[in-house]
Parts: sequence; C-alpha cells; structure tokens
Amino acid sequence: MADYLLSMMTFFPLLGILILLFLPRDNGGLLKGFTLAVSLITFAISLPLAFDNVFTTSGGMHYREFYQWINIGDFFQMNYNIGIDGISLWLVMLTTFITPITILSTWNAVEKNIKGFMVMLLLLETGMLGAFISLDLFLFYVFWELMLIPMYFLIGIWGGKNRIYAAVKFFIYTAVGSLLMLVAIIFVYYYAQQSGTITNGFGIQELYKLDLPYNAQFWLFLAFGFSFAIKVPMFPLHTWLPDAHTEAPTAGSVILAAVLLKMGTYGYVRFAMPLFPDALPTFIPFLAFLSVVGIIYGSLVAMMQEDIKKLVAYSSVAHLGFVMLGVFALNLQGLAGGMIQMVNHGISTGALFLIVGFLYERRHTRLITEFGGIATKMPIFATIFMIILFSSIGLPGTNGFVGEFLALMGAFQGGLRWYAVFATTGVILAAVYMLWVYQRVMFGKVTNPKNENLKDLSVREIIIMLPLLLFVFWIGIYPNTFFSKMNPAMEQMLIQMGANPVAVVEMHQPAAVEHAVDHAETQTEHK
Amino acid sequence: MENLVQEAIQNVNFQAIMPSLVLCVFGMVILMVSVFSKRGSTTHVAWLSIVALVVTGFVALTGWNNPQAGFAGSVLFDNFATFFSMICIIAAALTILMSDDYLKREGYPVSEYYSLILFTTAGAMWMASGTDLMTIFLGLEVLSVSLYVLAGFFRNQVRSNEAGLKYFFLGAFSTGFLLYGVALLYGVTGTTKLEGIAAYVRANPESAMNTMFIAGGALLLIGFLFKVAAAPFHMWTPDVYQGAPTPITAFMSAGPKAAAFAALMRVSIVGLDGLQSELTSMFWILAVLTMTVGNFIALSQKDLKRMLAYSSISHAGYAMVGLVAWNEIGHSAILFYMLVYTFMNMGAFAVLVLIGKKGENNLTLEGIAGLGYKKPVLGIVLTIFLFSLMGLPPTAGFTAKFYIFAGAIEAGYIWLAVLGVLNSAVSLYYYLRVMVQMYFKDPEEDFAWVSINPPVAISIVISVVGVLYLGIFPNSLMNLAKLAGF
Repeated sequence: MADYLLSMMTFFPLLGILILLFLPRDNGGLLKGFTLAVSLITFAISLPLAFDNVFTTSGGMHYREFYQWINIGDFFQMNYNIGIDGISLWLVMLTTFITPITILSTWNAVEKNIKGFMVMLLLLETGMLGAFISLDLFLFYVFWELMLIPMYFLIGIWGGKNRIYAAVKFFIYTAVGSLLMLVAIIFVYYYAQQSGTITNGFGIQELYKLDLPYNAQFWLFLAFGFSFAIKVPMFPLHTWLPDAHTEAPTAGSVILAAVLLKMGTYGYVRFAMPLFPDALPTFIPFLAFLSVVGIIYGSLVAMMQEDIKKLVAYSSVAHLGFVMLGVFALNLQGLAGGMIQMVNHGISTGALFLIVGFLYERRHTRLITEFGGIATKMPIFATIFMIILFSSIGLPGTNGFVGEFLALMGAFQGGLRWYAVFATTGVILAAVYMLWVYQRVMFGKVTNPKNENLKDLSVREIIIMLPLLLFVFWIGIYPNTFFSKMNPAMEQMLIQMGANPVAVVEMHQPAAVEHAVDHAETQTEHK
Repeated sequence: MENLVQEAIQNVNFQAIMPSLVLCVFGMVILMVSVFSKRGSTTHVAWLSIVALVVTGFVALTGWNNPQAGFAGSVLFDNFATFFSMICIIAAALTILMSDDYLKREGYPVSEYYSLILFTTAGAMWMASGTDLMTIFLGLEVLSVSLYVLAGFFRNQVRSNEAGLKYFFLGAFSTGFLLYGVALLYGVTGTTKLEGIAAYVRANPESAMNTMFIAGGALLLIGFLFKVAAAPFHMWTPDVYQGAPTPITAFMSAGPKAAAFAALMRVSIVGLDGLQSELTSMFWILAVLTMTVGNFIALSQKDLKRMLAYSSISHAGYAMVGLVAWNEIGHSAILFYMLVYTFMNMGAFAVLVLIGKKGENNLTLEGIAGLGYKKPVLGIVLTIFLFSLMGLPPTAGFTAKFYIFAGAIEAGYIWLAVLGVLNSAVSLYYYLRVMVQMYFKDPEEDFAWVSINPPVAISIVISVVGVLYLGIFPNSLMNLAKLAGF
C-alpha cells in the first residue's frame, strides 16, 4: 500500500472522473456527493503522509516510485519518477485538504453543467498533485500543463461576465512561460547527456549534480524563472491574476489561490533555484526587488479596489511577494517562512475567497459600497471573517504571523536587509486595506435595504470554514508540527542552492538546528 | 540483348512495389464494380476500398525490417517507406470512412472518388519508396493528378472548381520546376539516382558547388516544398483546402503532405547530402517562415476549414524543424510528427464533416457556438484534437512537438526551438477561439441535423485513440520511428 501511495493519491481523482462520466447528468446532488466522496477518499489516502515521521529525520525523497515510461535509446528517456519530501509534503496535503472544501463550497453556487464542473475539479486535483510529486522534469511538465486545461474551462464556462477574456488571458500567459521552460528542459537534458552524467532520463536528482557553465545557467534560470514568475505571479507579470480571480467561480478562485499559485513558488524552490545555483546570485537582487515591488504595489492597488474579490486577488500578489522574498533570502528562516507562508496563503486567501463567495451567493454583487453593517445581520460570518482577516494581515497567534515574520527575518539577516525593510511596510498596508474593507462591509448601520434579510452562515458553510480556522490557529500557535517535517528537506535544498543552511537565529527546534550545523560543518570541511 | 533482358528481369523486384500494385489493382477493380453498380449507391465501394487499404497495409508491413530494392535501384521499400506508407494508408482509410455519408449529403455519390483516393495513396507510396528522381516524379504525378480531380470533385460548386483549377495550375507549375531541377541535376551528375548523385558529389566536391547543381537542387526542392505547402510556396493551400470536399482537405493535409515530406527527406538526406550546410540554413529560414506565416494568418480566419488550412501550413513548419536538425532524432521526429498530425488533423476534420450542413456554409467560428452543450461527445473529441494541435500534454501533439524540438536542441538550434515554441504560443489563440465558441458561448442552433453515423464514428474513435495513446504511451511508436528514420 505504502509503495503505491503517491500514485494512488494522484490518480484516484482520475478514476473518479471515469465513474463520474457514467453518472446521470441531471442528478446534481449525486454528482456533487460522489465528487466530494472521491476527494475525501483522496484526502484519506494522503493522510498517512502527514503523520509519517520519516520526514523529521531525513530530508531526502520518500515514497519513491520509479518506472520506465518512454525509452528511445540514445534519443531520450523519460521515467515515471515520483517521490515526496518535506518541501512538497505540506503542499500536497494542502491540495488534498482544500479540494473537498472547494467541492463542498460549490454546493449551491454551480447550477449549469454540474458534471463538467466536477470533472474539471477532479482533473485539476490530479494535475496539481502530480506536479508536486514529479521528480522527472518531463513528467512535471506534463502535469504542469495538465493543470491549465481544467482551470481554463472553470473560468471560461462557469465564470463571470468577462470570463472569456480572463480565461484566454490566463491560458496564454501561463502557456507562453511554460513553453519557454520546455526548451530549457530539453536543453538541460541534452547538456547532461552530452556530458555523460545522465542515466535516469529527466530525473532532477541527477540533474542537480550537473555542473553547468554559468552562461548556460543564466539563460536556463531565466527560462525557468520566467515561467514560474508568471505563475506566482510576480510583478509585472501579474496582470492575468486579478482578471482570472475576479471572473472565476468561487471554487476556481479558491483552488487558483490556494494551490495553483504555489506551483510558481514551488517551482522556484524545487527546480529553478537548485538546478541553476550559480545563476542565483545574479538574479536574486532583481527578483527580490520585484518581490518587494509586488508587495507594495499589490497592497496599494488592493486598497483602492471597489470589488471585494479583486481586493483579495491583489492581496494575493502582495502575499506571494513575502513568500518569494523569504525564499530568496537563502537561509533556513527565510525558506521556512516562505514555505509555511505558501500553506498559509492557501488557507487564508482560500478562506477569503470562500467568504467573498458567501456574500456573493447571497447578494450577487461584490461591490463594497453595496454592503455595510453586515455584522449585525450575520454574526457568525462576522466572527469567521474577522479571524481569517487577522490571519491574512499576520496578527500574532495566527498562521500569517509565523510565515511573514520568518520570511522577513530571513530576508533581513540574509543579505536582503533593505528589501525586508521596505517589504515590512506591506504588513502595515495589509492591515490598512483589510481592516478598511472589513469596516466598510461589516460595521456601521445597514444602509442598503437589500442587506436587511441576509441569512447567517448555514451549517454546511460553517463546516467548510471550521477546518480552515483550525489550521489558522494550529500553524499560528504551534508551527513546529509543520517545521519539524520540513526542516531536513529544506537544509538539503539550501545546500543544493549553494547556501548555508545554518539557522541565523535559533529556532524552536534545537534538534533540527544541530542537524543543520552538522551539515554545515561537513560542508566547510569539504571546502 | 539477351543479357540486358536477363539483367532487367533480375533487377525487377515486384516485392518492392507490391503494396502500391495491390492498391492500383483494387482501384481498377473498384472502377469496374462501379460500372455495374446502381447509380448513387457507393457504400459497398467505400467498404471495398477500406478492404483494399487493410490488405495493402498488411502487404506494406512485410517490408518492415525487410528492405526490398527493385527496378535497378530506383525503388527501395525500406522501413522509412513502410512507415510513410502506413501513414498514407491510415490517412486514406480515415478519409474514406468519413466520406460516404458526406458525399451523399452533398449530392455526389460517385464511386470514382474512392478509386482516386486509392491511386493517390499508391502515388504517395512511390514517392516514399522512390530512390530515383524519376520514380519519385512518377509518384508525385500520380498523386497530384488524382488530387486535382478530387479537389474539384464537386463540379457544380464554384468553390470546388476554383480549388481544383488553382491546385492544377499551380501544381503544374511546380512540377515544371521540379522536372527542370531533375534535368539540371542530370546534366551535372549524369544520373537521376539519388545514390548516384550523392556519389558524384562525394567524388567531385568542387563541381557540386557549381551554379547548375545548386540551381538544380533548389528547383527540385521547390517542387516538393510546394506539395508540403511550405511558405512562400503555400499560397494555394487556403483556397484549395477551403474549396475541396472536406474529407479530401483532411486527406491532403495528412497523406500527400506526409508523402511529400518523405520525398523531401530522402532527396535531401540521401541525394543532396553534400549540400547539408546550405540545406540546413535554407530549411531554417523556411521552417521559421512557414510556421510564422501559417500561425499569424490563421489568427484572423473565421472559416474553420480555412483556419485549419493555415494551421496545417504552420505544422509543416514545425515538421521542417526536424530537417534543420539534420540528426537522427530530428529525422525520426518528422516521421512521428506526420503520423500524429494525421490522427489529430483528420480527427478534427471528421468532426467538421459531421457538423457541416449541405454546402458547409455553417463551418465558421460562430457556426459552432455552443456545440459543446448540444453535442457533448463531439465537443469533447474536437477539444482533444485542438489541444493536440496546440501541442499540450497529455496528447500526441505534445509528444510529437517534443520529439521535433528535442532534435533541434540536440543539434544546437536553440533559437529555432525558441521561435518554434513561441509560434505554438501564437497558435494557442486561434485554437482556443474554437473552444471559446464551443463552450463559452450559448448555443444559437440545436445541431439537430448532426447525425453520427458509424463509419465517421469509427474514424473519430481511431483518431482519438491515436491521439491519446501516442500522447500517453508514445514509447512504441517513437521507437518504430527511430528504426524508420535515416
């Protein structure tokens, strides 16, 4: 069982699609229930990963599966080469965790062509999981592109008024970047083949060992980095995001924010940075600058939005800026902050989109001016909104604080001091736009008569939000559960990126730090 | 005299042309059968030609790993020829499957149509197996003349007439170029055999660079590039593809195009080997030009057949990248690409055949609005074909493009690969527009006239299976392409 756990988890949604296709198309309840069951089983399959203590001790790849897939002799070879380590662990868990929540959230929101919608959601889940566990660049690329197709249809068919524009823009932006990455992938492969270091197809663990000349690394990092930067999205490549988010149905927005954007940041951590470490020093100042611009720009633009969903979308640009800044710090705190912030953003921004969705389902508008005084009508909603809001701002005690604090501290200590200083203003700006929107929507008197009869959250809606709230506090109060499983893998990754994995300031887990110091010492001895 | 006859008989090896012979015999039998058939009943003829193609397929497969040379070295039925012959046979079979009901709908149930397709296929096989410029020319002419008739088959339709006439005039011109090139090459080297030309160049490297030889080679290649529809010799394609009967358009874009690629490859790689550096730089420019012209003009097309015509031009450009690479990977990639292109393009055309009304004036972007809701299965399969044409995984279009660009990058043509993928990015837009119409727009018509009949359904199923199988498990066919390449 454990031998095939990752494959089972990844392809179970696909199996679900096959059965789903034969279910009657007009029985919406059955279709939704079945899809929910499929996604819950997928979550159950993935659950043993979260409790496996092997991640706390070893930073390598676990649950490996390796089969030959395509073998054209000396032309090229691709393998079905998958595995999971502490870096992908929580992103995989986030994916399997958030998918049932999104499905539950669409219960009343989607009316037309429910079958197609559910097929797309499950296909998307397979694509996302596959991309996180691929250890072969070719396989990764296949899953990476596979994610595009369902998202395109989710936005285009079930989206808002301007959906066609948003869907096509989303598709073309992402595809252009990934096509250039494809050229880079092929180039890396043939470089490795001609230098005689390759035996395992496009396996990244062998490509990590490749000693590419700086010049090649420069261009390759550019190609990979461009592709991932579009997905993150980093300023100034972010323009597809507000459109896509605003037009997408709630479920699409949640998945887009919670998981799809992480593909970009994950791509940096797993592929672009460790594969081409020599090019890193050249690019980091530039990328860190763009991250900071993204933080400040995203926050300022978010502040001026009249549409709540657009506001959340722009806040994503800012939050992802923190993730990237932490990752580019190239030390344990920064990376840990970036990684945990990926999960945090998935939880809190996903939750924010759900909240916007709740409002939209009730009022069919998302304009801030249409609301006001909702808190008196919907007290439970108000409380949940408040907690998620604090998590998004990064109030101590919530998950957002842990992530942003570590990312900023890492950046501050790791040679990105002035970037961190400017980025910190983003925290303040986040408080401004978030609190301001809360004030305008929730407080005051009910001025718009349409808001008089708003119903508070239903049981289903509360059930959707509860698990998210649980993790807001869990990560906020005891993040060690998550860090302890990420640390060994992060240390290895930092060594691969050519950085020193020593924690700049001692963190909560002395054991892991000792471990890191050992690593560092052996490294220095080698030198 | 006695000796010459002896030698000639020894050199004749009917095994080398057996597949095309079988096909020609069947073609003539069909002509006879149609004489004795009731007017307007063509279904049995259609199935007979399917039988002919299946039999030919089995005969052709005996040539795998069993190369047969014949006719004093002017024909060589090797793995390469087998692979391309199979592509043409598949293309012809898919065409026939989608033709019967189509011809009845359009009011031209004539059985000669089927024998012409068989003759075209026979000509395509000669092009793929010819090792003498004359054999290749013979194949090209058999193929072209049949196609001229097929393109103008709807004799009461102005557009079809235009297609036939345009194709004929321009085709005749290009054949003239080709023959002139053959003559010049013969003038320099004293032979029309590809091996002979190559041997002459190896023996006299300096005279290979004289103007006459280069002019001869260039004129020869123009002839093939015309058939491949490479820019700037593509001008005929949109009009002909739009005007011709839809199954014939599908066929032209797959079978004869593959045959022209086969001839282009064999002539360049075997015959004009000495001009490698000149040829690769020429193909570099042509490949970029072809894909760019095709993709950018396709962006503004409203008519689906015309859009697919321009898309087919751009795909010829991608395939040509394999010739630029001029390595094993690139050459094998062309074979694989043409096979994949056959499945995905013929599949897309098969869907168009189904959703067209008589006269096919509704095959425009607006005309298929909401198709995905009214005919969900057709919508899904057309979507699969479009994703494959875009080159997205997990479809065969992706693996084929990967194969092609892998060849280019292995040979060091990074910029060509970059231009190629950027071109794919451009192409996304017009393929997506079709999907936008199918799924994102509300249906304006009920598509009640669309009836899915078994033969077309078979051809669509074969294409879908081909596209998905070669997309997810491309291993076996990629290896066969490797064995068949140069």
